[in-house]
Amino acid sequence: MRAKILVASFAQVEDLLRAVRKARRELFRVYDVFAPFPIHGLDEAMGIRRTRLPYVTLIAGLTGLATALTLQFYTNVLDWPLNVGGKPDNSLLAFIPISFELTVLFAGLTTVGAFLLRARLYPGKAVWLVNPAITDDTFVVVLRKPSDDESHQRAVALLKESGAASVTESEANL
Amino acid sequence: MDNLPEGVTEPRWIAGSPTLKQITADIAAPMEGRPGKLWYVCFVFAALGLLDLLGMATYLIAKGIGVWGLNNSVGWAFDITNFVFWIGIGHAGTLISAILLLFRQKWRTSINRSAEAMTIFAVMCAGLFPLLHMGRPWDAFFIFPYFPNQHGPLWVNFRSPLVWDVFAISTYFTISLVFWFLGLIPDLATMRDRSIGKIKKLVFGVLSLGWNGSHRTWARYEVVSLILAGLATPLVLSVHSIVSMDFATSLLPGWHTTIFPPYFVAGAIYSGFGMVLTLLILTRQTMNLQRYITMRHLDSMAKVLLLTGSIVSFAYATEFFAAWYGGNIYERYHFINRATGPYAFGFYLMVLCNAIAPQLFWFKKIRNNVAILFVISILVNIGMWFERFVIIVVSLHRAFLPSGWGMFYPTLIDFGILVGSFGLFFTLFLLFIRFMPMIAAWEVKAVAVEQAGHGADPGHGAEGGSHAG
Repeated sequence: MRAKILVASFAQVEDLLRAVRKARRELFRVYDVFAPFPIHGLDEAMGIRRTRLPYVTLIAGLTGLATALTLQFYTNVLDWPLNVGGKPDNSLLAFIPISFELTVLFAGLTTVGAFLLRARLYPGKAVWLVNPAITDDTFVVVLRKPSDDESHQRAVALLKESGAASVTESEANL
Repeated sequence: MDNLPEGVTEPRWIAGSPTLKQITADIAAPMEGRPGKLWYVCFVFAALGLLDLLGMATYLIAKGIGVWGLNNSVGWAFDITNFVFWIGIGHAGTLISAILLLFRQKWRTSINRSAEAMTIFAVMCAGLFPLLHMGRPWDAFFIFPYFPNQHGPLWVNFRSPLVWDVFAISTYFTISLVFWFLGLIPDLATMRDRSIGKIKKLVFGVLSLGWNGSHRTWARYEVVSLILAGLATPLVLSVHSIVSMDFATSLLPGWHTTIFPPYFVAGAIYSGFGMVLTLLILTRQTMNLQRYITMRHLDSMAKVLLLTGSIVSFAYATEFFAAWYGGNIYERYHFINRATGPYAFGFYLMVLCNAIAPQLFWFKKIRNNVAILFVISILVNIGMWFERFVIIVVSLHRAFLPSGWGMFYPTLIDFGILVGSFGLFFTLFLLFIRFMPMIAAWEVKAVAVEQAGHGADPGHGAEGGSHAG
């Protein structure tokens, strides 16, 4: 859906933080913030919920653990018991290293996969850069443009007061 | 900053106060300009080493591993020594990128990227040796459990540490690669937006996965980095522990020791930091990155070398003590032979390089002298190579009955493949510092902003933490 947005570019992190806090206090809708590095304190300022990715890690890790134990138990106990030095077939202690490795492997790969999926990052994706200098040294706040003229003026004034180097209007598929 | 007492300031990890634009430009400079003469000289030598590896490995595979100096007494020698050596090198990269991240050590930011790259290249070199040692590398897939197979329902033996190794090292390689690439994405996006050439833009565009610096993505990204660090930390400890079990679960004097896992892990970190130090001193001098890889970084790494070197020395002493105190005659003979036998030179070289040389790092003057640091960092690697040689060859060559004793003499192919593995490693590393952002620009920028006093934590800002929900 095409939506009208306000793009405010900042040179200083603290100006941007101030702008985001003010904008949210005045109930403007902050669509996103773009920055060359993760800004600490911005999650709270933007009101972003904590990601649920750690649960993905937990579930994937447990799956890896179960897979490893099943694989080793099935092959070494059920399918083809091999007598190695008279040790019991189900030598659980000897199965621990591989169980640990597969837990880590499953958990790590799935977490990264889930992250890329959730953040919609994939090779060949068309890049949407509201300001070409975001990946260099510029911090950008994108607000959804308020529908009435008065709040629009107020939003622009607020962003400028906070120290925005420029405030422009634009359109984007949000 | 946060919890420091009055009057104590955080150390500065970037010299001067470069602007963010300056940081981008500095870090992109080696990729955009032509590298200096020194880079080309190094590259020619590395590429020759790689050629040597290709030739030697081809000859080895064609003739069989009899062209190595192995025999009935000494069935593992240079091959496994090199394998353990390279795997150990890799550990410092993960330590810097994962463990120091969990401990919130800011000094990792300038060096983590290249240290992780070093890990990946070192693990590649390490993987080469078991592969070549198989003699029939085309059958290498036998080491994985697969089905259906041609041996009927016969599976790999999951009780064997060598099979644990397969899982440990392939997991380690995969997770390190993913962690490294994840860290690269924002910087690849920076390069995509900077580069002018069509091919460069296309390549960086594909690799950066459409990254646009959205904070909603950054928020998740940071959590994912922490999770991966949390996974990689026990992983890296497990890898060298499992490598040490290849030896420790045997009954051979000199191998059959319970202290092996922590001893090997400490040794791995020690040798890895030696290699990081070598590489970083070379890169900061050839690529003009002294501003980001400061003397303070080198100083910190020297301290890590001092600590891990001391742990390793303590392990050496413990081994001798246990051999004497344990009263096992084979064990006792092994350690007498280690210090007085035909391979005693290897033992003394290892003691000199690993136990004595790092003790010089107690002195600040030495930690702040690049030339001495460089020399000692190379000594560390020589010492750690000989440590593995001593553990492997000396244990094998005179075990139990004298009728089974023998000597190992390396052949030209042994040396050729060892040198060749360095060729592979340095070729990859030199290409990396030439074509990829070798310093994590986005992390350095965050540290630079914090260092400049623009601490952005809520509660200290102008708004006093009164942000509306």
